[in-house]
Amino acid sequence: MSAAVASLAPAAPLERSTRFAVVRRFGRRPPAVLGAALAFAVIVMAVFAQVLAPWAPAANDFSAILAPPLAPGHLLGTDELGRDVLSRIIWGARVSMQAGVLATLLAMVVAVPIGLASGYYRGVLDTVVMRLVDTLLAFPFLILAVGFAAIFGPSLQIATLAIGLVQIPKQVRIARGEVLSLREETFVQGAVADGASDAFILFRHILPNVANTLLVQATVLIPYAILGESTLSFLGLGVQPPTPSWGVMLTAAQAFLSQAPWLALVPGITILVTTMSFNLLGDGLRDTLDPRDAGR
Amino acid sequence: MTRYLLRRAGGSLIALVLASVIVFVGVRSLPGDPAVALSGEGRDPAVINAIRVKYGLDQPLPAQYLRWVTLAAVGDLGSSAKTGAPVGRIVLERIPVTVQLALMSLFAAMAIGIPLGVLSAVRRGHIPDYVGSGVALLGLSMPTFWLGIVLILVFAITLRWLPASGYVSPFTDPLESARRMLLPAIVLGSGFGAVLMRQVRSAMVESLQADYVRTARAKGLSEARVVGIHALRNSLITVVTIVGLELGALISGSVVTEQIFLIPGFGRLVLESISTRDYPLIQGVALFSAAGYILLNLLVDVLYSLLNPRIRVSRFSA
Repeated sequence: MSAAVASLAPAAPLERSTRFAVVRRFGRRPPAVLGAALAFAVIVMAVFAQVLAPWAPAANDFSAILAPPLAPGHLLGTDELGRDVLSRIIWGARVSMQAGVLATLLAMVVAVPIGLASGYYRGVLDTVVMRLVDTLLAFPFLILAVGFAAIFGPSLQIATLAIGLVQIPKQVRIARGEVLSLREETFVQGAVADGASDAFILFRHILPNVANTLLVQATVLIPYAILGESTLSFLGLGVQPPTPSWGVMLTAAQAFLSQAPWLALVPGITILVTTMSFNLLGDGLRDTLDPRDAGR
Repeated sequence: MTRYLLRRAGGSLIALVLASVIVFVGVRSLPGDPAVALSGEGRDPAVINAIRVKYGLDQPLPAQYLRWVTLAAVGDLGSSAKTGAPVGRIVLERIPVTVQLALMSLFAAMAIGIPLGVLSAVRRGHIPDYVGSGVALLGLSMPTFWLGIVLILVFAITLRWLPASGYVSPFTDPLESARRMLLPAIVLGSGFGAVLMRQVRSAMVESLQADYVRTARAKGLSEARVVGIHALRNSLITVVTIVGLELGALISGSVVTEQIFLIPGFGRLVLESISTRDYPLIQGVALFSAAGYILLNLLVDVLYSLLNPRIRVSRFSA
């Protein structure tokens, strides 16, 4: 019996040759490659901020207050306190990536096991979980985030927590939906007949088969979390000044719109390019990894 | 059909009750004792005690919840801790402003998203498709608050065509009201328009390959009729779905948009209630937004099932 089941099992996710095929397919999509390269650049910027930034993020150059871009020593100009915009953008990448990656991890780590169990066991557990998920979806992101900031005080950690938690219901739904169709597959039915434990089936057979969908979801979540962090910081509910964050920079820039428009343009374009790069990467991964799209 | 509607309404009612519990527990978790906050500067223990008894704060939490939810069910959401005005009235005064903004942004999103989606699908793989997809990607990736700042910079500060902020009621001066709402509506509608464009495009691509479209073409109908009447009509159901899915984003977006353009709507009230730590107002605002979302979603679902009987049947049997 177990030999028969083993022959049915397609659970081994990606063989080496398949992996090469995936990389080749991905490489044939220029927007996806561009997205991956830009996203990588932002990650490098965040990790090596200390080395890459020409100035400390809070260092003031009082001889160059509101200096325009290309001013000596300040490639992207300075703000109203003479702080180097380029350096603050580089340090801001660290804040954005921290929020993006941690919020995504939080959402995935909590949502995936709940979604897997809910879809696999169905019954009362599924009904309760889905009812809760529907209720939590009724709270718009900013209402929840504002509530969190009110309870715990505004900070990057709380903003990250709020962004991650808000995503959980949606991710539970996605993971559950995947499991609902997988549990009817022959290789899962075979494993059940073979007497495999639920945990073994969930983690050995089902999880590897939903991994692609989850990876794509994670890539889509990162730009969403980056936008969320900058929005919350812009509203004063996230990172607090003087910590450099792209959202905080934009809040301060509002007072100098006609005088120093670059203060608003540079962080805005940085957020746009960053989120767009992760969106392109996510689109590319989905087209490459989603079996329904394969061979198109 | 009646059974489906009843089932759907029952689900919404349960979600509403659960949402009220979450709001109640959330507000009770806020730091500080509401009785002390309401007692003012004096902090007289006798006054604090009297306030506790008056508002039922000396009761156990379940009793407090029942009292609050019973009053909320008949429209009594308490009074603002700062102004003393009824919370229900404050919220209802702000709602029409946000509804006007939301409707104008929906219109802006549809005016951009639907034609762009149709054009991209019809000219799939050609320049219009790439341009359309590029615009949609921009709309999805752009922070709304930044778009607001850029539009103010270009149209209000540089060109001086439109006002940078402020609100005028459409009942006072409809033209000025529309002029002031134009930039905020574009900002709020940009993300929605991008999602709409993508969905309309993929729905149209599918429709254009369907048998009934081939039949329509075989009958000799003009391409405009095939696309405009046959394919588009069947793709428009997507618009209803997206409206339902994007309602939450619309409420969140209104908070940011109203803050940038200084519009005195519901979104701005959310931030004001937090910055003044007005707990009864926070509670009312959170409950109102959750209830509004749940009820609007129910409406969208009902509308959806009326438009597409297949969905009704499959959901019912699920």
